[in-house]
Amino acid sequence: MAELVYDKTGRLIFTKEMKKEYLILLPQMAPIHFNLIRNVFTNYGYKTELLETDGPEIAQVGLKYVHNDTCYPALLVIGQFIHALQSGKYDVNKTALMITQTGGGCRASNYIHLLRKALVKAGFSQVPVISLNLSGLEKNSGFSFTLPMIRKTVAGLVYGDMLMLLKNQTKAYEIKKGESEKLVKIWVNKLTDILNKGDGYTVKQIEKNLEDIAKDFSNIKLNRVPKVKAGIVGEIYVKYAKLGNNNLEAFLEEQNCEVCVPGIMSFALFKIDNRLEDIKLYGGSKIKYKVAEILFDYVLKMENILIEKASAYGFNTPSGYYKLKSLVKDVIGYGNKMGEGWLLTAEMLELTETGYENIVCAQPFGCLPNHICAKGMMRKIKEVDNRANIVAIDYDPGAVKVNQENRIKLMLAVAKENLAKKTEPSQIKQKELVHKD
Amino acid sequence: MKIGLDIGSTTVKCAVLDDNNKLIYSTYQRHYSQITSKIAEILKEIKKNVYGCENAPIAMSGSAGMGVAENCGIEFVQEVYATRISANTFLPNTDVIIELGGEDAKILFLSNGVEVRMNGSCAGGTGAFIDQMATLLNVPIEEMDELSKTHEKIYTIASRCGVFAKTDIQPLLNQGARKNDIAASIFKAVVNQTVAGLAQGREITGNVVYLGGPLTFMSELRKSFDESLKTKGICPENSLYYVAMGAALCAEKSVDFDSIINGVASYRGNGNFAFNPPLFKDEQEYNEFIQRHNKATVEKSDFSKYNGKVYMGIDAGSTTVKAVVLGENNELLESEYMSNSGNPVPIIKNFLERLYEEHPNINIAGVAVTGYGEEIIKNAFYADYGIVETVAHFTAAKSFMPDVEFVIDIGGQDIKCFKIHNGTIDNIFLNEACSSGCGSFLQTFANALGYSIAEFSEIGLFAKQPVNLGSRCTVFMNSSVKQAQKDGATIEDISAGLSISVVKNALYKVIRASSPDELGKKIVVQGGTFLNNAVLRAFEKEMGTQVVRPSISGLMGAYGAALYAKSKNPEKSTIITAEALKNFTHKINAVNCGLCNNHCRLTVNIFDNGRKYIAGNRCERPITNQKPDESLNMYEYKLKLLQEYTSNNNDKETYTRGIIGLPMGLNIYELLPFWYRFFTDLGFKVVTSPLSNRKLYLEGQHTIPSDTVCFPAKLIHGHIEELLKLNVDAIFYPCMSYNFDEGLSDNHYNCPVVAYYPEVINTNVKAINQVKFIKDYLGIHRRKDFPKKFCEVLNKYFDNITLKEVKEASEKAYEEYENYFRKVREYGNKIIEQAEKEGKKIMVLAGRPYHIDPEINHGIDKLISSFKVAIVTEDVISAKVNEKVRTSVLNQWTYHARLYAAAKYISGHKNMNLIQLVSFGCGVDAITTDEVRTLLEKENKIYTQIKIDEITNLGAVKIRLRSLLAAIEQQEG
Repeated sequence: MAELVYDKTGRLIFTKEMKKEYLILLPQMAPIHFNLIRNVFTNYGYKTELLETDGPEIAQVGLKYVHNDTCYPALLVIGQFIHALQSGKYDVNKTALMITQTGGGCRASNYIHLLRKALVKAGFSQVPVISLNLSGLEKNSGFSFTLPMIRKTVAGLVYGDMLMLLKNQTKAYEIKKGESEKLVKIWVNKLTDILNKGDGYTVKQIEKNLEDIAKDFSNIKLNRVPKVKAGIVGEIYVKYAKLGNNNLEAFLEEQNCEVCVPGIMSFALFKIDNRLEDIKLYGGSKIKYKVAEILFDYVLKMENILIEKASAYGFNTPSGYYKLKSLVKDVIGYGNKMGEGWLLTAEMLELTETGYENIVCAQPFGCLPNHICAKGMMRKIKEVDNRANIVAIDYDPGAVKVNQENRIKLMLAVAKENLAKKTEPSQIKQKELVHKD
Repeated sequence: MKIGLDIGSTTVKCAVLDDNNKLIYSTYQRHYSQITSKIAEILKEIKKNVYGCENAPIAMSGSAGMGVAENCGIEFVQEVYATRISANTFLPNTDVIIELGGEDAKILFLSNGVEVRMNGSCAGGTGAFIDQMATLLNVPIEEMDELSKTHEKIYTIASRCGVFAKTDIQPLLNQGARKNDIAASIFKAVVNQTVAGLAQGREITGNVVYLGGPLTFMSELRKSFDESLKTKGICPENSLYYVAMGAALCAEKSVDFDSIINGVASYRGNGNFAFNPPLFKDEQEYNEFIQRHNKATVEKSDFSKYNGKVYMGIDAGSTTVKAVVLGENNELLESEYMSNSGNPVPIIKNFLERLYEEHPNINIAGVAVTGYGEEIIKNAFYADYGIVETVAHFTAAKSFMPDVEFVIDIGGQDIKCFKIHNGTIDNIFLNEACSSGCGSFLQTFANALGYSIAEFSEIGLFAKQPVNLGSRCTVFMNSSVKQAQKDGATIEDISAGLSISVVKNALYKVIRASSPDELGKKIVVQGGTFLNNAVLRAFEKEMGTQVVRPSISGLMGAYGAALYAKSKNPEKSTIITAEALKNFTHKINAVNCGLCNNHCRLTVNIFDNGRKYIAGNRCERPITNQKPDESLNMYEYKLKLLQEYTSNNNDKETYTRGIIGLPMGLNIYELLPFWYRFFTDLGFKVVTSPLSNRKLYLEGQHTIPSDTVCFPAKLIHGHIEELLKLNVDAIFYPCMSYNFDEGLSDNHYNCPVVAYYPEVINTNVKAINQVKFIKDYLGIHRRKDFPKKFCEVLNKYFDNITLKEVKEASEKAYEEYENYFRKVREYGNKIIEQAEKEGKKIMVLAGRPYHIDPEINHGIDKLISSFKVAIVTEDVISAKVNEKVRTSVLNQWTYHARLYAAAKYISGHKNMNLIQLVSFGCGVDAITTDEVRTLLEKENKIYTQIKIDEITNLGAVKIRLRSLLAAIEQQEG
């Protein structure tokens, strides 16, 4: 059995032996993306499992082991890990955990430390935690996030964004119920095989696969009735994770909306761009700038492919990173980088501009960056584009689903009224046409 | 004909409109959470009274109606939307609607861009809040309005949360403030909460309409809104029914009336709610439990046959007053548990009168008082001793369990608990302002459902599926309860669930324990709330251990006080005699102290013979007329030092380039010397906004977009308003992701709020357009790059500023900053030296630079000073540390790194202790507080945390400080 090795600060290291013996648990966030990316790890010889557990007891476990005023995503992710370790399903002496670490000025960079504290409290101090980061924050002899791995992960993100984007646009209108979800499954399986083999990440392969995906989705038969178009933005975890947002996407679908959830690629671009902006604003190393720029350009190229392929088949596409950034030029500074920073503001403006003006801004209760870039910007967004119809929803273990849904319904009531105004004239036209016929 | 139902959180409203939209039938009834049967009842009534209603379209609205509507096939209309439809029909010229409901508060802007705002997940400032406050004042809700009509003054009361406001109001009551003034102050708090929380920067002007229960029934509340909004709003006819009428207007679907009545009546929810295992398996387990607890009793004696010395203990708590009389062998002769309806003085007077009457020959040797009302009782009746509550409880607990390791007391509105380590109180946990009120919450809830608290708790004992209600704020619990009811939970399940929640709150929210081992095996529980067997059982189950509940669980404070009095071996008490009691009088005046910037609201209690007791003061000055000793108070020094960096009062100064205004808030508090020197060197005149005060805060509050952001950030809005009045050319308030790297941490960030708050000002304060607002991103942490980058920025706003000038000014600015810190640290060291010489204790009052703002710290520094201890700040101490402190969290914020360094340093210094000031809503402190605690406790230091917000009362703070001092004394022993 692998020996427990600690570094000089006393941190338990994930060793090479552990790589052979241990199962790595990953928290779920965005299901399509995470299921794809997981394969990259498998391909590199890591045994992994995504936690799909659900239910109120996860938050309860979190509350028990984490400071109760900590943000909700931390409570949930840590709660989910400990809940899993306590379940008896895993050999706790052969299990490791993995969590991302961005290194920003928000509390989120501390999740990993709060997780370790909680593990000690819960009696799992032997369980190593691996930090997944691009900043070299923590190193482990048994795990390294190498350049080729990063490249393959980016591929996973592109595929994930594409599938999420197209699925949402067809699902609301599909004639055969369930067809879009089925197609997502087919593609996730297909891509899983490809990524498992260590394939599917070159520009050429990505171009081909995205083209095929778009083609497949364009074959789904649709009935384009007017529907409320709703967008979801927010703190990244509660934006994507149904555990965090009480299955918001499904709720909006039930309310007969077409949903748009802006992708993770722009978040990745935003985080890389922050390094560039920092150097532009405050000065800094030219070499670091160059390195970040190369990575930035690479991801940007991927985004361009996605946009090109999706629009070729008539789908609505994201505006592209530079356009997105230009939307907030006079609204909020590019130096605003903690949490989702200016990106969150930009996404709300983008959604409004592209017809998804009915927006749920999901955030953990008391989320610090969101005081600024979400709630702090809503007035301005309305000023810039008065079509915006935004509701901010706070999520935390005490928040009640029925109150959240009530507030969302208020937003939707206004949305429906606007939709009726928009569609009425066209219906009249249609009627006229009918008469002429 | 159309029918609309409005199912609110506490009431059901129904409106029937005829074909001309005229209201032909309406009803308004409380539903006491029996929603479904109430709806059926009302529908039957309509059927009986309104001819032809059976085929009318019907729609339902209201926060509690959603699930019911869906299940019964009735259309659902979102309630704010319904209000809007109503207003458009019945009051077409309305600009703004303000509607308060049971748990909701809403503002609708109808003209110039329709906008609707609802309160977030916080129920502060709503009908439920006013209800709670009426309960606290012990007046029927209707009387609140009447009382308010004759008010003379307004107190500052936080209304974010009922629990919060209680912390403000209770001491006012205890100090004898008039209910009239308090009632008016409560209304004003509601107004402030609504305006601050909902208007979010949008002005409330034009035709304002008031709707909903509270605003319909309370003319004084409307008047309070009118005053604050400087307008005259109207409360239209049928103001209660706007939601119901709106629902009616939206109703399109005709449904079979009888099937709805049946459908509603048979609606039982889906039975899907999370629940806990039952409290007791069976009757037998319950009986064993009762027998075990019956053993922890005290010996009682017949008072009438006793004739020795007696010792009295009085616990003037927040919602109850307790008194006990003990004999020489600790036997209990007399005890009294009285409800405190606001003013404890007459209650104790009655108690003493009765005592003297029934026992004319009583020989009172000593009297000790504890609790919130300690000082007033002690002063009014000449009691011998006053002791802090924690010490009283520990004394009592020891008498039941000499080796007790942990004492937990859940009272009416507070949870107190402490660990005992080596025979001294080691670790004190008091509930933070937001989770208090657990006991009284049970009571409020019991009352709302028509039970007494004892009955209510009793029915939960054998519940089969106690609802899992979580462990958060009581207001959230309230909504959870409603949800559970909708999902089919019984009243028994809810009762048991609430008892479990109270326990969880105490354990996981206040103490933050994760296992019983952490708290020890020997536990004594006390306080009125534990008299409920359901709560006691829930506690044992949650802890997985058996605990001792003394039979006098509710009297422990008073019992401990009496034991304390006895331990002093007194001969004759100074307590008021039977004779003097006859002439006892008590009058209350409220005045404002004008002796310093804090402007404390003083309550002057005047007793017979002109004796006076003043409450509400932070320092001794209004009493002794002597200034507190400022020389050993670092907060005072820093504040004075900063005031040197402003040219506000210096018109003679020459400046060529214009006037720059700096808002005195957040990080400017520390960087003022830097920016001041920079800009004056560059030829600007630098003016600052004045020190914060209540008025300044209120002036800015209408532009605050996020009501959950910390108070120091909210204050910035007021400072900007002040600067705009000063005719400045530019307001300088830069965004700063990074702070200086002081070598104490892995990174040197500012927290997101400090870093980016200028963005919020830029987008939410309309008037900011009147001046140049410089909010650019600056990096003072890169001293070499800074001048060039800053020069580019400055040239966007001013002409002809050369890089050379900026470079020179920057150099001076960095020097000035260092200079400022040198002064601070030198003075800090002087304080330490002086304190050591005088043998005084040193308190490191650790927070952030902006905590020296008197409106933020509420004079806590002065209060600490009054205990004759020296105060230094965290930055004085952190400067003595030259390396990164190893923490188990990521040490990445400059300000917070100082906390860790200070905590580390004082561990090796016997005469130093640390108190951490934490702003309510500060997310970063959720991380730092645990870490600072860990650092201190590793070295056997006591950790004390004080949470501050808008809250102005210092009663709870005092308890903490006194407990800390008592514990330190005991430790030093």
